[in-house]
Amino acid sequence: MSQKFRLENGGLINRDKKLSFKFNGKIYYGYEGDTLASALIANGVHLVGRSFKYHRPRGFFGAGVDEPYAIVQLYRNNETEPNIKATEQELFEGLEAKSVNCWPSVNFDIGAINNFLKIFLPAGFYYKTFMWPKSFWYRVYEPFIRKAAGLGVASTKHDKERYEHKYEYCDLLIAGSGPSGLASAYAAAKNGARVILAEDKPRFGGSLLTSDVNIGNQSGEDWAKSIISELKEMPNVVVKNRSQVFGYYDHNMLVMSEKVSDHLPKTKKHHPKQRLWYIRAKEVLISSGSIERPLVFGNNDTPGVMLSSAAKEYLKVYGVLVGKNPLVFTNNDSGYETAIEFKKNGINPIILDSRINPQSEIIDEAINLGIKIKFSYVVVAAQGYKKVSSADIAKISDDKKQLGTIENIKCDCICVSGFWTPTIHLASQSGNKTKFKDAIDAFVPGTSKQNETTLGAANGIFTLEETLKDSFMAGQHISKKITKNDNKISFPNVVEKKSSQHDKFWCVPLPKGKNYKRFLDFQNDVAVSDIEIALKEGYRSIEHVKRYTTLGMATDQGKTSNLNGLQLVSEIENKVVPAVGHTTFRPPYTPISIGAIVGREVGKHSKPTRKSPMHSWHEKNNAVFVDAGVWLRPRYYKQGSETLFEASKREAKNVRTNVGICDVTTLGKIDIKGPDAAELLNRVYTNAWLKLPVGKARYGVMLREDGIVMDDGTTTRISENHYHMTTTTAQAANVLSHLEYYLQLVWPELNVNVVSTTEQWAGAAIAGPKSRKLLEKLFPNNDVSNEGLPFMGYMESDLFGVKARIFRISFSGELAYEVNVESNNGHFMWEKIIELGQEFQVQPYGTEALSTLRIEMGHVAGSELDGRTISYDTSLEGLISKNKDFIGKRSLNREAFTSSDRQKIVGVVPLDKKTSIPEGSHLVKDAQAPLPNKKLGHISASCWSVEHDNPFSLAILKDGKNMIGEKLFVMSPLKNKVIPVEIVSSHYVDPKGERVRS
Amino acid sequence: MLHIKCPHCGMRSQNEFSYGGDASVKRPELNKEISDEEWDNFVYNRKSLRGKHLELWQHLYGCRQWIKVERDTSTHEIFNTYKADEEIS
Repeated sequence: MSQKFRLENGGLINRDKKLSFKFNGKIYYGYEGDTLASALIANGVHLVGRSFKYHRPRGFFGAGVDEPYAIVQLYRNNETEPNIKATEQELFEGLEAKSVNCWPSVNFDIGAINNFLKIFLPAGFYYKTFMWPKSFWYRVYEPFIRKAAGLGVASTKHDKERYEHKYEYCDLLIAGSGPSGLASAYAAAKNGARVILAEDKPRFGGSLLTSDVNIGNQSGEDWAKSIISELKEMPNVVVKNRSQVFGYYDHNMLVMSEKVSDHLPKTKKHHPKQRLWYIRAKEVLISSGSIERPLVFGNNDTPGVMLSSAAKEYLKVYGVLVGKNPLVFTNNDSGYETAIEFKKNGINPIILDSRINPQSEIIDEAINLGIKIKFSYVVVAAQGYKKVSSADIAKISDDKKQLGTIENIKCDCICVSGFWTPTIHLASQSGNKTKFKDAIDAFVPGTSKQNETTLGAANGIFTLEETLKDSFMAGQHISKKITKNDNKISFPNVVEKKSSQHDKFWCVPLPKGKNYKRFLDFQNDVAVSDIEIALKEGYRSIEHVKRYTTLGMATDQGKTSNLNGLQLVSEIENKVVPAVGHTTFRPPYTPISIGAIVGREVGKHSKPTRKSPMHSWHEKNNAVFVDAGVWLRPRYYKQGSETLFEASKREAKNVRTNVGICDVTTLGKIDIKGPDAAELLNRVYTNAWLKLPVGKARYGVMLREDGIVMDDGTTTRISENHYHMTTTTAQAANVLSHLEYYLQLVWPELNVNVVSTTEQWAGAAIAGPKSRKLLEKLFPNNDVSNEGLPFMGYMESDLFGVKARIFRISFSGELAYEVNVESNNGHFMWEKIIELGQEFQVQPYGTEALSTLRIEMGHVAGSELDGRTISYDTSLEGLISKNKDFIGKRSLNREAFTSSDRQKIVGVVPLDKKTSIPEGSHLVKDAQAPLPNKKLGHISASCWSVEHDNPFSLAILKDGKNMIGEKLFVMSPLKNKVIPVEIVSSHYVDPKGERVRS
Repeated sequence: MLHIKCPHCGMRSQNEFSYGGDASVKRPELNKEISDEEWDNFVYNRKSLRGKHLELWQHLYGCRQWIKVERDTSTHEIFNTYKADEEIS
């Protein structure tokens, strides 16, 4: 295929490098430096998609970030990505793209029937129509609408690309590398400031690449090139293209997305696809330029109708003609610049200018070039379905209300210019209250809110000389405040053509008897008539009109539609635009990929992984691991073809009959030192702590101030003023913060220090009737008899030369000990226990067996201490001291907490002694009761009792105290189970607690 | 993301800190008889005001100190930060 619309020469593309690409299955060619859009236009392709609601044919409207139409599904390196703007996607060899939102194909689209039904699809259609019958929404309406609308398909494959995050600090962040960005960056850099200059396009220079100007005896483009190359050489400057500053957040934090590899066929090795920069800038210069506004007329969405600035950019940057028979429709001088470029390339455009008799240097030039100009003329409607083929034009009265006789003229594109809208998104996001500037019919930033300064076109200044002057000054002045340097820069000589005032006209009236759709929002198919309906139906606030009609709510966020929508509302409401106000600009400025936001924190990197010092032993011994908070813990040790159920039963049984060891390194450990340590514990725990002797441990429960149990664990008095606290694995960090809160803020008079020692100690629980015998082997020099080391006793010893702490505490309910050694000796300890335990049939046990053991003993853990229960509920009320105050005590008087039928922990056994009870199931009195069936409680934890060889669960049950012996039903709608059960004591094994003391 | 000046460490990003609520709340003294209303005011009732707010933050991934931050809840402007025991005029 030849590139019929490519000029012989010109443009900034690399004509030496021809690239092939595929669009909707067909092969085309373009050049390096093209965008997908410019390459398609060069090949005469103008039909790229279907519109969102009416499925009308869609072409190209812009040449960059403002593009509302040309959204494609991209295929790159065996991956696919939706919602890609063809005007932003750079061409690479082998690029493949497809149209979206059309089925079966872009040329024949069944949804286009909506276009003929459009009188039935007015604003608010979805709200009005799909409300009834209610049940139809999920089954009929929603699936249909979802299939009919959309902007591509997200890949369901794992994204193998790498995305990076970078944190950066700078003196000045400059967003945009047009004339204002370049000038301010240059001045600031010369003053020694640390500057980041960001440009979202591949090429630097912004409007300088397309405008016919001269700076310091160079063309605008050459001047931009020389400034950029000088900036790139400076060590204090970071210059980034393909990088868009898309959000301005609190305290001068801006976020920028850098597309590192999207323009390449494949990401280079060790490179990320995209990089997200979090930039904390001392000062921010917003030089984001402006976007041309469309003019509104009939069928103004037909492919071939596009912004005049885009037509100019395709010509000057890509050497591509958007048409060979162009019509330029303008209300200001910008359209003339585009017409002049056409003329210079041998094309004869016709200009329709809505103004009566404008005069300026640019208009004179157009006249001198012999371009045909019709003043007081407008386009009434574009004609042609898949591409503009002609235009209905007419003379318009001076008051812009009456149209003259309609004439039809042939054309293959209509380039529109309705003047310029400053890009104020970043300024507005910083909190800047924007103001309406009448002279340009648009909003500009008001007083700076954070440290932001808006320059050039973004600030509503459209002459180059003024822009450059302001920007040099701003760069110099702002950097001087930071670096104290004052480097004077001589201001270059600027040659530009003067332009005349634009016409305050933007919407062509409908001719009599015609009902053309005049579109405001091209991406969401919002037409003038939709806004009219919304207002007629009583919507007044612009935010409501926006949501009702979806004006500006598409992925382009109304970059080309917002102001025209406001103009329309203000005209109908007879208010001035500033009184109508604009909707909120929210980040991101353009869509950002989820991958970039997530960065490297995916998969196993989504959180840190903590491993105990014995981890490698567990791995070698077939442990199957489970996530416990950020820790990896052995869930069970697989022998042969054992299942989880079989293995955990074997391990638990071995603890009950012989001896088992469990890695308990993950328990939170806090070292507490100081003369007031006992007093702190006494205030933190519900029970008494002042009289705990040295060498003894005690179990304690701590509450939050609202009376709810926060955590439990044992604390041991190591020496006079030294305690060792343990917390649950999950609450370790919270408990430390909690203690620090009280010590630093509430009771600073307490002389106590707390520090986490979780990672300093490796721990092994040795549990089972033979544990003492094993301990005797491990510590032959110590008296570990029941008298020498009684229940809740503590001693220090050495384990074959390694310092060890021995605690006689038990979670399993068996005779048990916990041995702690310094972490780097953990592996040695573990192997020693396994070695010496062989004669006692020692076996390691994982978290599953650990749970089984504690559940059948009725020991509570995280599933009972779930942030909703008080001590009473978990039968820990015996530990509440009546003789002292403690954190949360005052809350326990609350009526609900003292109610006589308060919930309490109970045991639950299925009547058939076979059916396992799903955790989280509800307990009800009557399984047949009509819904909603009253819930009496829930199952908090379930196990297979190894002692009784049947299922056993713990539950938190209303009036649990008086429910023992009752028959209830467990219901699990999720698992579709109804199980008749009996309520029993939560202490299913050894209810008197004799084993731990044996 | 806020930029918070830890009085012990200097300017740090918000993600090093955790929020700790209204700093003007004072815990009733231990062992003191107080009314239900007083206790509720301490545990539950907060103003949730718009504007200048003295609040607690902990420099969790830093010096672990609890600090007081005077912040505007609507603009996020931070006026001043104080050490836990610092007198606030």
